[in-house]
Amino acid sequence: MSGRRIFARPARLAAIAPYVWMVLFFLVPFGFVLKISLSQTAIAQPPYEPVFDLTAGWEALRAAFAALSLDNFRLLASDDIYVFAYVRSLTVAVTATALLLLVGYPIAYGMARLPTRWQAVAMVLVIVPFWTSFLIRIYAWINILQHDGLLNQILLALHLVSQPVVWLSTDSAMYIGIVYSYLPFMILPLYATLAKMEPVLEEAASDLGAPPWQVFWLVTFPLSLPGVGAGVLLCFIPIVGEFVIPDLLAGSNSLMIGQTLWLEFFTNKDWPVASAAAIVLLVVLLVPLLLYERLQRRQLEQGR
Amino acid sequence: MRKLSRLSRFNIASLALGLAFLYLPILILVIYSFNASRLVTVWGGWSLRWYHEFFGDRAMIEAAWMSLRVAASSATIATLLGTLAAVALSRGERFRGRTLFSGMLYAPLVMPEVITGLSLLLLFVALNAERGFWTVTIAHTTLTMCFVAVVVQSRLGSLDRSLEEAAMDLGCNPVRAFVAVTLPLIAPAIVAGWMLAFTLSLDDLVIASFTTGPGSATLPIRIYSEVRLGVKPEINAICTLVIALIAVVIVIASLASKLSSSQGESAAPL
Amino acid sequence: MTDELPRTDVTADTVGAGALPAAGEPLLRIEGVAKTFGTFRAVNGVSLDIMAGEFFALLGPSGCGKTTLLRMLAGFEAPDEGRILLGGKDIAQALPHERPINMMFQNYALFPHLTVRDNIAFGLKRARLARADIATRVAEMVALVKLEGLEKRKPDQLSGGQRQRVALARALARRPQLLLLDEPLAALDKKLRESTQGELMELQRRLGMTFIIVTHDQEEAMTMASRIGVMRDGKLAQVASPRELYEAPRSRWIAEFVGDINLFDGESKLRDGHRLVIGTRDAGALVVDEPREPVGAGKFAVAIRPEKVKLSRRGPVSEAGHETAINRLDGVIADICYLGGTTTYKVKLDAGGTVQASVANSARLDVNAYSVNQHVVAWFTPDDCVVLPS
Repeated sequence: MSGRRIFARPARLAAIAPYVWMVLFFLVPFGFVLKISLSQTAIAQPPYEPVFDLTAGWEALRAAFAALSLDNFRLLASDDIYVFAYVRSLTVAVTATALLLLVGYPIAYGMARLPTRWQAVAMVLVIVPFWTSFLIRIYAWINILQHDGLLNQILLALHLVSQPVVWLSTDSAMYIGIVYSYLPFMILPLYATLAKMEPVLEEAASDLGAPPWQVFWLVTFPLSLPGVGAGVLLCFIPIVGEFVIPDLLAGSNSLMIGQTLWLEFFTNKDWPVASAAAIVLLVVLLVPLLLYERLQRRQLEQGR
Repeated sequence: MRKLSRLSRFNIASLALGLAFLYLPILILVIYSFNASRLVTVWGGWSLRWYHEFFGDRAMIEAAWMSLRVAASSATIATLLGTLAAVALSRGERFRGRTLFSGMLYAPLVMPEVITGLSLLLLFVALNAERGFWTVTIAHTTLTMCFVAVVVQSRLGSLDRSLEEAAMDLGCNPVRAFVAVTLPLIAPAIVAGWMLAFTLSLDDLVIASFTTGPGSATLPIRIYSEVRLGVKPEINAICTLVIALIAVVIVIASLASKLSSSQGESAAPL
Repeated sequence: MTDELPRTDVTADTVGAGALPAAGEPLLRIEGVAKTFGTFRAVNGVSLDIMAGEFFALLGPSGCGKTTLLRMLAGFEAPDEGRILLGGKDIAQALPHERPINMMFQNYALFPHLTVRDNIAFGLKRARLARADIATRVAEMVALVKLEGLEKRKPDQLSGGQRQRVALARALARRPQLLLLDEPLAALDKKLRESTQGELMELQRRLGMTFIIVTHDQEEAMTMASRIGVMRDGKLAQVASPRELYEAPRSRWIAEFVGDINLFDGESKLRDGHRLVIGTRDAGALVVDEPREPVGAGKFAVAIRPEKVKLSRRGPVSEAGHETAINRLDGVIADICYLGGTTTYKVKLDAGGTVQASVANSARLDVNAYSVNQHVVAWFTPDDCVVLPS
């Protein structure tokens, strides 16, 4: 244990640079968000009243504390736009995650059943699209889904529809985009648990008289639950805060929270309200974030 | 044969459909980038017209150059810092502030990008920093060093600790043992971390939008504003170029790792 | 190929450089060394002297502290208490790279990114030897462990036995004053392990070096070591030659840990000159030689190795006839276990207990073999017994 201790001292020194960096560019900015979410909007540049001004001394500091207000949070709670945005973010995330699970599970299951040599190939094939740009992948779908795009052309040619269907700016387009973009995040953890599973277990189940669907439902699926959990959290968390996909593919009549935040910030220039919205978003995500953290730590410990 | 029999028809169908779903949109995009017609959906024969258009578009070229510079520099800084962080976490045992450190390191992994972007912008405004290349680079470094740290840390965790002890036993002090033994063995993970950081930076729209200033847009920001106005064939060409660039990076990296692992084999008279 | 390595240190920066012990002084002296991990006392006050040129084995079950002790010698752990003197100099707090001690790791810990040659040269480069000297020394080592022709291979292109040799060559290359071997043969299969044992012993004798080996395999320790330290719960239970350990174990635990043994619990009844009579519950009264350290009255265990127990159909006639104090136990064969070289018989005694007898199969056609349920007499002499405190 302490041969490691000899190593530990210089290893700890390695923490200094990244530590300072993260405090400077993660922790401190985060304090700023908190602080500005509690201050008043002002028509100025930057568009908020500074909350602390340490040069002004102790009295000013007390005055500044007195000026802190929860007004922005009250606004968020009372204005329907924000409440709707949070509710919509959560419903979209739940629906999209369920869709991802439905689409991703059969693919991961198929991968895990491939001969070992082919499993590696399949894995690379699933990961490679993830390396191509996120934006490009959304853009590819705009190409296909637009009014005279490929999908409508095919549907018309097959006489499935008599006139072009409106795809863009609908929820279906958004769901297609989300499922497309997040699919690898769902497949990989699922595949990891399914591939680790002993094939003997399924054989034992069928030997004991279970028909294939029961083998799946009573043995395979329960054993893959850790992977399901990881995949669900890995998709759910970022989808709640998603901005680009709903912005480009969904209609503009109902916004997700990421879009509202963006709008407050860039269009309305209301930085305090945007900051407050960010804080609320984070609070909403706290439970899944903590769940995810626990799951990851457990996996790390198991890996050891 | 026995292994194959585990594959049901359903398995094969879902795999085929899944891969088609993943690849067809990209394939269509690439094909249409060579379309001669201005109408995106009408096939007008093969042509490189839109590539010419792109290379004539100064603003686009500048944005692409900015993106490449940001990606290369932020990936390099992030790889350095992320590797150091991974070493500290996997070899530093317990130290004061470790929990805070690992918390800060992993938070950006799951934090919505809008929040990361917003918070960094507020910092830069408060510091009165001029927004542009450096602010985006700093923002991307903060985001991507977490990914590098995860990749490198998992490699360090799976490394046999007795290798480092053997090096010390054979006369290395801890730092030399790290350089002579640990570093060469985790090099593939470091390279993979750099590549991941590079592509993440090249890809990012949200954080860059928050942290960049007027006149220094990155490629995703440009593409995004063009796409919002409607589909343009030139965008197809740009996207195809980006895909090609990433493909080349991946191929080079995998060739390099294959080469380094087969060096010994070719010398051995097996 | 050199048969003898001059025992000079290659490193100028090592603590014990040139400090060889005077005649009669131990090379290594461990004094009251203790190490605690959290609340677990892994090593609990161990003192031990090791002479130059010894092949010493630390033997014990897993978790007994033997590996921790070895790691303290190598410098990977610092003792909480006690001193470790090498050639008279305390090295307890010195870092691993400052000690003229090298270690062969359990799984060899060969650097996977380096060739055989570079693995062997690794420690020499750290000692800042001249390039030509390194080349000579590596060639010497390669010849010593018979790895000629494999210098350019990487560890993953070697067999288990070849890897073991590389690890040995790498640890020997710096010509350490002391070589530590942590379960060096555990990863090899049985046949290879036996031949390698012989080679290691030969090498140690030829180089005149001091080896300390850690093992959980008592046969391995007995075969190779000139002295064995048995560890239990962080303490040295007994330090003795293999023969003494086997024939005169100091405690019941050691007797059971090293080899097979029959144990009969009982109380001493009478003393007859240098003989004791001990009444046992399972085998009746047994006559034994009084141990070297005289014992008083009380509870004892009589221990007897299975190969010292003889079997007869009617009882020992020849040897036992004129010896009245012989131990004769009547019983029935309960179980027979044929092991090739020997056969082990389990005899259910009329007195209640069971005794194991191991009989050499000295003839191919065993006309005298016993069969189950056959009545036999198991007998042994008083000096075959060991009396152990209960």
